[in-house]
Amino acid sequence: MAESTAARPKAKPKGLDPARAEQYRQWLRQMLLIRRFEEKAGEAYSLGKIGGFCHLYIGQEAVAVGSLGALDPDDYITCSYREHGHALARGISARAVMAELFGKATGCSGGKGGSMHLFDASLGFLGGHAIVGAHIPIATGMAFAIKYRNTSQVAVCYFGEAAVNNGAFHEALNMAALWKLPVIYLCENNRYGMGTALERASALYDISERACSYDMANEVVDGQEVLTMNAAMERAVQRARTEKLPTLLEVRTYRFMGHSMSDPIHGHYRTREEVEDQRKRDPIAVWSQRLIADGLMDEAAVRSMDKDVMEEVEDAYQYADESPEPELDQLYTDVYAEEERKE
Amino acid sequence: MPTLTYRDALNQALREEMQRDDTVFLMGEEVGVYQGAYKVSRGLLDEFGPMRVVDTPITELGFAGVGVGAAMVGLRPVIEFMTWNFALLAVDQLVNSAAKMRYMSNGQVGVPAVFRGPGGAALQLAAQHSQAFESWYAHIPGLKVVTPATPADAKGLLKSAIRDDNPVVFIEGEMLYNTKGEVPDGEHVVPLGRADIKREGADVTLVCHSKTVSVALKAAEQLASNGVNPEVVDLRTIRPLDVDAILNSVAKTHRCVVVEEGWPFAGIGAQVVDHIQREAFDELDAPVLRVTGADVPMPYNKQLERAAKADPEKIVAAVNQVLYRE
Ligand SMILES: Cc1ncc(C[n+]2csc(CCOP(=O)(O)OP(=O)(O)O)c2C)c(N)n1
Ligand SMILES: [Mg+2]
Repeated sequence: MAESTAARPKAKPKGLDPARAEQYRQWLRQMLLIRRFEEKAGEAYSLGKIGGFCHLYIGQEAVAVGSLGALDPDDYITCSYREHGHALARGISARAVMAELFGKATGCSGGKGGSMHLFDASLGFLGGHAIVGAHIPIATGMAFAIKYRNTSQVAVCYFGEAAVNNGAFHEALNMAALWKLPVIYLCENNRYGMGTALERASALYDISERACSYDMANEVVDGQEVLTMNAAMERAVQRARTEKLPTLLEVRTYRFMGHSMSDPIHGHYRTREEVEDQRKRDPIAVWSQRLIADGLMDEAAVRSMDKDVMEEVEDAYQYADESPEPELDQLYTDVYAEEERKE
Repeated sequence: MPTLTYRDALNQALREEMQRDDTVFLMGEEVGVYQGAYKVSRGLLDEFGPMRVVDTPITELGFAGVGVGAAMVGLRPVIEFMTWNFALLAVDQLVNSAAKMRYMSNGQVGVPAVFRGPGGAALQLAAQHSQAFESWYAHIPGLKVVTPATPADAKGLLKSAIRDDNPVVFIEGEMLYNTKGEVPDGEHVVPLGRADIKREGADVTLVCHSKTVSVALKAAEQLASNGVNPEVVDLRTIRPLDVDAILNSVAKTHRCVVVEEGWPFAGIGAQVVDHIQREAFDELDAPVLRVTGADVPMPYNKQLERAAKADPEKIVAAVNQVLYRE
């Protein structure tokens, strides 16, 4: 078996910067919100309140929170279908995301997108995309538009490690490096694409090295450490904003749940022991312990934050449950900019 | 009115739209330094520079996706495929991304992009380079499909396509680039979704588009010398389809032959026939017939290729059949 994707042991981190204490606590809150939201979504799925495919983000929270924390409000974000966490971390309300999962009119995509297609254009949140790899060229096009208009925005694209074996990834990275586009390709290496381990799908173990084919800056990042994630993202953002250059970040993380709600937590492709072992590096535990150790929070404050978050999630659930279904005439709206003749 | 080739009419539309709106840019293989594989973009790199006339690697999926992404955030890309045969590598971006974005986002994010290039068969280019794909894209809600037949329509429809807020599949006729016709100067805009009567007639309706318009007109001349007066309806836009224009003509002639370059199975003609039988059943004096490309990959051999293509003789034969002549 190949080596674990978990981070290799590092030098003991320096103390946390007290000036950023509020931001650090917010990160914990966002991670807790995602965790509790996803747990509730799993519950709602089992009750039949959520249909279709539903991919939970549990275990990967520090990636979205740490990286989105380094962005500005006018940056562009595209994600895969495993994007509830990114939507929440970007600031779409838990109500609007939960309502979308429920397919309700009040959802952030009016109930027409669902779990895999969350959008909020006002936040630059430009989609969950459900064709593996397809949004990598799309994000590249957004970066092209940034260069075209000569603004200092960046485009960020989140995708799984299985997408790097797809042609769209290579076509996009080549163009981004060739044309010097301000884009960050953030590969969330959670070790599996459904039931296929990275080393069973990719000839190269270190995904970051794929950037070398395109002479592109790259970095391997510990995705279970929110501060490490944030710092790496800041470097990539800086490169994009000031040098107008792309970056490939390989972020090592782990999905604690099954691939989707219809998939068991372990199964034939990974052992219970492996999952147990990875859970020891739960990003929320890692970060809350760090905050406590550095005296920025105490146990009671963490508990009360968690309680607060659970109330927010409960409220989102109630809201989604009580929200109206889309009107049937919504079936034919937004196919075209102007509505076409209906059959 | 100036006489231009179809190629130069497209060039004029691109130039004028790029002058009018600086969010319009052209991207594709060989569009810049080489001046276009079919010289449609001649002179544009010099006039607009490399940020707006962008040469790409051979990476159809990639640059189609770049077009989608740029359009999602407010630019108006014109993405050129060297031919629509190569666009097969980019179908995912057209069907799964461009056509779906507005709907999935509940109207928040549109894709005002034009995807254009030559389609259909030229001469002896064999199976992989001789294909008409308009029915594929016309099948997809969210896409518009445009197929100009004349230089004037090429210019006017391309200008409309660029101004349209939806993704538009714009399929040019590979054999039409050198054809000439009168093209109005300046602001000549042909609305999408409107067919055009290319020849008024009374005895039979010939529904056609793109290259088959000239084929149908040739057939009409032959028929006219035999006392039959066909009406030639050029669809111009396949989606949205101008059903009213078809029905109005059929109401006048009571007979119809649908002509297309593509394959018969689930083709454009099948859709046209469906509308006629549902909405003009009582008008018909004969079953509607179709003339299509043969249901085979295109052969290289010249004689076999000729046999595979819709031609005036096949149209004349079909018209005689719907008129119960001979
Ligand atoms: C082009 C394409 N092929 C197959 C699928 C089905 N599929 C959905 S998710 C997935 C695995 C992707 O894994 P990864 O990219 O690592 O993301 P993760 O699910 O781990 O977040 C597959 C095969 C798809 N959606 N798109
Ligand atoms: Mg994965």
